[in-house]
Amino acid sequence: MDPEKIKVILATDCGSTTTKAILIEKIGNEYRQTYRGEAPTTVEAPFEDVTMGVAGAVQELAELSGRKLIDEQGRIIKPCQNGQGCDIYISTSSAGGGLQMMVAGVVRKMTAQSAERAALGAGAIVMDVLASNDKRLPYEQIQRIRHLRPDMILLSGGIDGGTITHVAEMGELIAAADPKPRLGMGYRLPVIFAGNINARAEIERCLQDKTDLSIVDNLRPVLEEENLNPAREKIHDLFLEHVMAQAPGYKKLINWVDAPIMPTPSAVGSILKTIADQKAIEAIGVDIGGATTDVFSVLKGVFNRTVSANLGMSYSISNVVAEAGLGNIMRWLCFEMDESDLRNRIKNKMIRPTTIPQTLKELILEQAVAREALRLAFRQHKSFATTLAGVQQQRTIGDTFEQISSGAGLVNMLALDLIIGSGGILSHAPRAEQTAMMIIDAFLPEGVTLLAKDSIFMMPHLGVLAQVHTKAATEVFEKDCMVYLGTCICPVGQSKQGRPVCRYTLELPAGNTVEETLNFGEMRLIRLGLGEKAKLAAEPTRNFDLGQGKGRRIEQEIIGGTVGVILDGRGRPLNLADDKKRRIEKLREWMLALSVYDQKALEEKGLVGAKAPAGAR
Amino acid sequence: MAHAYTPGLKVTDSITLRKSRLLPVKGEVVVELKTQVKPDDVVARTFLPGNVYPLNAANILNIEAEDVPGSMLKKETEYIKKNEVIAETKGLFGLFKSKLTATIDGTIESISGVTGQVLQRANPMPIEVQAYIQGQVVDIIEGQGVVVETCGAFVQGIFGIGGETFGRLQMGVRSPSEMLGPDQIYDRHRGAILVGGSLVTEQALNKAIATGVRGIVVGGFDDKDLRAFLGHDLGVAITGSEQIGLTLVVTEGFGRIEMAQRTFELLKSCAGLQVSINGATQIRAGVIRPEVIIPKDKMPSSSNKAAGEIERGLSIGTPIRMIRQPYFGRLGKVVALPTNPAVLESGTRARVLEVEFTDGQRALIPRANVELIEG
Repeated sequence: MDPEKIKVILATDCGSTTTKAILIEKIGNEYRQTYRGEAPTTVEAPFEDVTMGVAGAVQELAELSGRKLIDEQGRIIKPCQNGQGCDIYISTSSAGGGLQMMVAGVVRKMTAQSAERAALGAGAIVMDVLASNDKRLPYEQIQRIRHLRPDMILLSGGIDGGTITHVAEMGELIAAADPKPRLGMGYRLPVIFAGNINARAEIERCLQDKTDLSIVDNLRPVLEEENLNPAREKIHDLFLEHVMAQAPGYKKLINWVDAPIMPTPSAVGSILKTIADQKAIEAIGVDIGGATTDVFSVLKGVFNRTVSANLGMSYSISNVVAEAGLGNIMRWLCFEMDESDLRNRIKNKMIRPTTIPQTLKELILEQAVAREALRLAFRQHKSFATTLAGVQQQRTIGDTFEQISSGAGLVNMLALDLIIGSGGILSHAPRAEQTAMMIIDAFLPEGVTLLAKDSIFMMPHLGVLAQVHTKAATEVFEKDCMVYLGTCICPVGQSKQGRPVCRYTLELPAGNTVEETLNFGEMRLIRLGLGEKAKLAAEPTRNFDLGQGKGRRIEQEIIGGTVGVILDGRGRPLNLADDKKRRIEKLREWMLALSVYDQKALEEKGLVGAKAPAGAR
Repeated sequence: MAHAYTPGLKVTDSITLRKSRLLPVKGEVVVELKTQVKPDDVVARTFLPGNVYPLNAANILNIEAEDVPGSMLKKETEYIKKNEVIAETKGLFGLFKSKLTATIDGTIESISGVTGQVLQRANPMPIEVQAYIQGQVVDIIEGQGVVVETCGAFVQGIFGIGGETFGRLQMGVRSPSEMLGPDQIYDRHRGAILVGGSLVTEQALNKAIATGVRGIVVGGFDDKDLRAFLGHDLGVAITGSEQIGLTLVVTEGFGRIEMAQRTFELLKSCAGLQVSINGATQIRAGVIRPEVIIPKDKMPSSSNKAAGEIERGLSIGTPIRMIRQPYFGRLGKVVALPTNPAVLESGTRARVLEVEFTDGQRALIPRANVELIEG
């Protein structure tokens, strides 16, 4: 369809928990997002058809907008006529659950680890890593493959021109195990070979007849170099082809849309990359969903993405607790809570994933879990960032055996300009201050960082829209999607409670100037509205760094938002008090300083004692 | 009306259920159409390929990998017996021969001249699929299995652990609010499916296993007990393959929660009957909930419905159950369905409904936090 003729766009995103629909309309000469509807994703019985959730969300959108979008047969009305229907319908989807993989290589710390990085980077849960030297007997490895039933296997091994024998041995093991895929009996298990090019014939001989074998470039062509992109791309293709297509009703949805359905993370990544490139900034985006958390970054011009397949706020909420540990969840609660009660509440959310927090206590608890999910997902992203860059990584022979920290180099928090939060818990937080606080506690920004959120979680919709109508996607992103929360200023360093951290001057747009000292262990909020700018001059004390070096002054223009300017004097790394009473006191102090929760409601519910907020202005 | 609610778990005294009983790999169906089957009747069987045991032939024979195929006395697919010589080197003038002996009974799977490995495959392992439920074979899927149909009562749980089992249904408690403790489990419960009330503890589960109880159906279970029982924190709700000695079906959720009166009364009315239960739960795409199936010879007079039927959406008068705090577990009916979103105590804006609880009290509840009472 001619983009000029498109006036009404309907877009849905089928998440693992909720299906979100938005309506974009051409008003005058510009595209604006006008209405939004949602409904639980219907992969569960008795529906077991993802399109019913789509119909539910679109129907809600129709009720709210007064525009009829679905006809009597349950089909989306296209094209737009007499104020009814839409011109195009597009969708993204992340329904279908995670991707479970096994990876194999010759040497555990070398090719097997490269394969692991490739799989993790592609968003998989790595169920096991097999290697010739993993100290298991071959029959144990075979039994393991048969027992785990992965969605696919990535096999690497040998540099180009190197060992064939060991690679062939791993191929023989896989063939002997004759693995069956986890989902569906109707297809053969996909196996990707990304190893020594000279071993391809042997691998074909072993696996061609027993598996759905794909061969891609070696992910470790020489010892000092990694080339993970071909393997990662192949994993993505096979994931869409095999795993995601298992989501009930997915095939029907394909017939409804006017553009190929994009996986939600790819759509979010696509819009983030477009924006970071346009503005020439270093940015990190996070999308926390029900089952997975995706972290995207554009750093030094390089786009990276990781998917933490089992960190999420509904289906995977219990796994966040299992991975982070209960203590790490409880450290963010500003009230005392019985451990057993907390465990049961989290499990109940897991088994009834579409419920939402009705009470303030439940909201605070979910936001505590979100901090840990985000922290863990970001930690994974930092570990694997360079492997996702797709550029060949040069190492000297001397550090070939030191692989673990090899991917950490790209993320420099002091150089980061922007963090965008997306996903239900961040986008729908009742107060913008809650979103800002979750992002700060999880990502621990350093220096001066702009914070933003996706207003109603429409980055996935806009990512896919950008493929068919870039102008509409960009306009809506700027005007309706991105909501600036404000700027976080955090000097890096450690000191004693109450000692000065930095002296700052803020020239506010109203003409007044704030001149103050930020002390260690304090948080402050200075309101600076959406679209407003202020001039910041800050001089950290000699042990603190704001990006220009310890004790060195910075001057720059900063941007306001729905929250304002947040001064974080808690230091980096952030150390919460071990003593529960002291920690709760400090949490309350910070939350009140930033107006994170309604003071009156907290008092009424007995969650905090009456106290005047210290740092709010 | 958008489907902004959770479809309820099915609890009914009258349903026609069909269960596919399929082999993991192709095999033989051993029953005929219209056969009446019991839960432990075998309906299909096959053989799974045996485990594979590699031998590093090149090393053992002290020869190059490429010479291994030429030294083999047994070829691929040939039968072998444990300790039988399967390869031999030519030696020097017929002397000093090295020998390779089989380590298992089975066949030769493969011989590699590249790796020098010989893979032996053990004899196939028989796999049988049982009927799982009492009923009639209504369909045969050639080489794969059968479909068994039964009529009776059906209770869907919210979460479970352990796989398929069956036994006589016995009441372990007298009311849905009562807790099932170790003291209420007796020798007479051996082989039974025991109904608890609001909670079963880890101690009670261990006592039940020691006694030989095959399954427990209960309202609530504490997560700390689940952790202690499984030995690890359950991260993702994919269960059913645990080998724990019994099957647990939880009908309401985590914590001490009274079993829904209707569920309890239904189970009570079926005490003494043979039931089949499965704890397998998967809360992901293609959701699986645990189940209790109670086949009956005589169906109640109420109309018989097929499982999986979608009955209705939310409307005024719909009976519902609250599935989240602060009203978790309470029952009521819908009295209003406002179109516009409302602000909750948490500050969240959400679409709500007004409920009237059974005691007459009214409250606004997010639509996402209720489930329909299905029957």
